[in-house]
Amino acid sequence: MGIIEWATSPLGQRVPIHIAWYLIWVAAIAGMAFLIVHAIYVRYFAKEKRFAPVASTPAAGLLPARVPRHSLAARLFHWVMAAAMFVLLITAFLPKVGVQFNWVTYHWIAGTVLTISILFHIVHATFFMDFWSIWPDRADLEDSRNRLLRFFGKSAPLPRKFAKYPLENKLYHGVVMLTGLAVILTGVFMMSRVRTIFFPRNPYLFSDMTWGLMYVLHGLAGVGFITLVIVHVYFAVRPEKLPITASMFVGSMSREFYLEEHDPQRWVINPVPDARRGMADAD
Amino acid sequence: MAVIRDVMPAFQLYQPSSVGDAQKLLAQLGPDGWVMAGGMDSFDWLKDRIKKPKALVDLSGIEELRGIRTISDGIEIGAMATLTEVAGHPIVKEKYGLLSEAAGLVASPQIRNQGTLGGNVSQDARCWYYRAGWPCYRAGGNICYADTPVGRNREHAILHAERCVAVNPSDTAPALIALDAKFVVQTPKGEQVIDAENYFVGPDLDITRMNILRPGYLLTAIRVPTTWAGAQFYFEKVRDRNVWDFPLMNVASAMKLSGGTIQDIRIAVNAVAARPLRLPAVENSVRGQQRTASTGEMAGKLAVQGAVPLQFNAYKIPLMRNLVKRAIAGVQEASWAS
Repeated sequence: MGIIEWATSPLGQRVPIHIAWYLIWVAAIAGMAFLIVHAIYVRYFAKEKRFAPVASTPAAGLLPARVPRHSLAARLFHWVMAAAMFVLLITAFLPKVGVQFNWVTYHWIAGTVLTISILFHIVHATFFMDFWSIWPDRADLEDSRNRLLRFFGKSAPLPRKFAKYPLENKLYHGVVMLTGLAVILTGVFMMSRVRTIFFPRNPYLFSDMTWGLMYVLHGLAGVGFITLVIVHVYFAVRPEKLPITASMFVGSMSREFYLEEHDPQRWVINPVPDARRGMADAD
Repeated sequence: MAVIRDVMPAFQLYQPSSVGDAQKLLAQLGPDGWVMAGGMDSFDWLKDRIKKPKALVDLSGIEELRGIRTISDGIEIGAMATLTEVAGHPIVKEKYGLLSEAAGLVASPQIRNQGTLGGNVSQDARCWYYRAGWPCYRAGGNICYADTPVGRNREHAILHAERCVAVNPSDTAPALIALDAKFVVQTPKGEQVIDAENYFVGPDLDITRMNILRPGYLLTAIRVPTTWAGAQFYFEKVRDRNVWDFPLMNVASAMKLSGGTIQDIRIAVNAVAARPLRLPAVENSVRGQQRTASTGEMAGKLAVQGAVPLQFNAYKIPLMRNLVKRAIAGVQEASWAS
């Protein structure tokens, strides 16, 4: 039982055609297994989270009561992308597990929405946001090493508080970015195999082997997203992460949560003038 | 290596003598079981060695699947009744002439003697790329070889193509839809009675099947109610060779007239899509209208709305327009128009 389905092309060549569909269940079970193991670990085994003292903390009075985290544009992107992703997963995999409906049109429309939203995000994040805030930096790597050593009972300095995004967030973003690029790039080419409004059909754009590999990559990335989405939704609803989840709705988090989890030197929030203190969430 | 033809791959042969035994076998075999009625479709697949089932369940020994009998509301035709029996049965000829005519136009006399009504409505697509064993969508692959710039698609779909452009080749299917027939299907969860038009599945819902039959399912009978018995019928099949061929297109209509007014009508076409199509928009538009050439003309134009021709089958659009026109207005009234 392989992970790829093969077929013989009209030219007698053995070519891949798509992934084996049991991988849908593998991905779903992997996601569920992760959340069960993680939930048990956090509930029964995890030690209390401790951070190294912050060198200098701005007076709480200088910070807004609500610390801005996600702009409206960033939040809109997130939810549009999330909706597109759910539609893509539902239309891609439900028919494969026996729920029959006309999925192709919805799938390529959702894929188009996802592609446009990602293009917007690339431009927005590159030119209008703190581009480097989502990429792991030297401090993240040092802290992750220290956390790992402490996890195994070794002596190591306490890790620092997080910048705007914890390392786990950054790594997740990286994996989603790579997986997303795989599905989008292959998906755009695959749209030339079905009837859309964008380009005339041309199933002979590539050789059977190239097409097959493209379908396999699309499928692997697609089932990968099943696991990634399960993990993402799990963390979004975990109690200790709810302030972060809420910020994706309202755009900000409380000053207390900010000071508790984040290093003001690594994620700098501009102090607000006296008159506007406590109202920064309106920014 | 040369392809070996006409030598079937080895399989286990089961010949149940009752529907109950057949159901048990099919439940036990699951996707490994191949159901064979008259064998007119099956032997092509097997001798070409494209399909290699592990087990074959031959229904020919099940007496209860044979015959045509009257029931309280019409007739019940066993799924294994041959097309010759259907075409020549006195009650079918007298009250349901549409079905008799359609069954009589299937293939050749030899094939009608062996082929069954259940097999005719359940047969697989005849797209040669698919039948040649190429890894197309319908075969579980990721391409339609017929819907390409150079694909041979003269016989293929003009409506409801969704990746796969193969058509349903049955002659009796549109007649049964026009007669509002019900298909009796035994499933692992019990008996289901399904409207004829809902028996067929397009590629939008399931690209690898032509009908609702899944592993373990068995079509046992087709019931034709009295609703349309003795109505005004029209069946026409257009094919390349009149002695023996699949339809390029066919049309079936059942009509109730009051004077010259169409009181009620059911009309269906086949070989234009992957499933036989009932034309409800046409039915609604002509109901209450005079049965004239102009009504037929209007209906024909309405019928082809949304049709998308492929490279080599644009002729099917005027063909469908004219067949629908003739099915409503009659051959005498309707005049050919491009």
